[in-house]
Amino acid sequence: MKQFINKFYYGDIPESNSGNSIISTESKTDWPLWEVFLRSKQGLDHKHTGSLHAANAQMAIENARDVYTRRMEGVSIWVVESKNIHASNPDESESLYDPSNDKIYRHASFYQLPDELKHM
Amino acid sequence: MNKPIIDYLLHLADNSLILGQRNAEWCGHGPILEQDIAITNISLDLIGQSRSFYQYAAQLKNDNTTEDSLAFFRTEREFKNFLLLEQPNGDWAQTILKQFFFSSFQFLLFQQLQKNSDETLAAIAEKSLKEISYHLRWSSEWVERLGDGTEESRNRILNAVNNLWRFTGELFIPAAYETELGIELNSIKENWQEKINEIFKNATLPILSNVFFQTGGKTGNHTEQLGFILTELQYMQRTFPGCEW
Repeated sequence: MKQFINKFYYGDIPESNSGNSIISTESKTDWPLWEVFLRSKQGLDHKHTGSLHAANAQMAIENARDVYTRRMEGVSIWVVESKNIHASNPDESESLYDPSNDKIYRHASFYQLPDELKHM
Repeated sequence: MNKPIIDYLLHLADNSLILGQRNAEWCGHGPILEQDIAITNISLDLIGQSRSFYQYAAQLKNDNTTEDSLAFFRTEREFKNFLLLEQPNGDWAQTILKQFFFSSFQFLLFQQLQKNSDETLAAIAEKSLKEISYHLRWSSEWVERLGDGTEESRNRILNAVNNLWRFTGELFIPAAYETELGIELNSIKENWQEKINEIFKNATLPILSNVFFQTGGKTGNHTEQLGFILTELQYMQRTFPGCEW
């Protein structure tokens, strides 16, 4: 299968080097890949829903409307070209995330909550 | 002999049904997944519109007629859709141009119909306008993209213009039932031409003149294409009358 997306690794790519040159597996006839974020109702966050191909941002929004909001899943759509998303490197997960494992004092679980306070 | 309002409802319903059926032929064959879903979404919108019109026509006929009998048990000569809509899908460019010609017409017509004194007709028009606005935007963008795109895409949409322009004259020649109902097509024709000019200009496409217009669909005189559509569309009900899913 053709590789359409080449996610950057955390801290791996200098900003000046980002952009088209990174994606070398994409041929000129393929439309770029876009990530789609939907807000399901007013007041909630946009959540990542999936990805799709489109020639430009306008078409990406329309495609997202057709592909992901057919059953009233959304009231607002964000799209961003996948190449613009920078991701952390899974190989570095030990140094990135493990250090917080033994620091339980960072959780707010030591506070006594008044009974009147709900939904915490 | 039908009342003019019933003939007119059938005309509106047949337009939506036949184009909906044509667009449905793309299901699973679209150029890419996202556009396959887009064109079949439009197909479903159109079939939804046709159902509203058929239901209302059946209600007015007030006999044993149902939306299904109107869609599945009438013959070619009883269908009143535009010749434009029964034309084969051809390639993506032909499909897009057909949709664009029709959506820009529907957009203007339904704005007029939503003020119609018949409240049910007005309500159906109003409800449909939202989806028609989207069909119009979607197809306009594609016409521009193809016309102002590569040499290949431009040749294809030029070919589509040459094939389909001859079927656009019929949209504005009133049938007897339209005249009786006071459907005003002259102002729509002007605005439609303006919309076409605008989009064709962006798409760097030529406006054709001196084309002989084919007519007849509105009064049941169709091209040979409609028979093939109905054969497929009506097959199950003709073979097993009244069958249900």
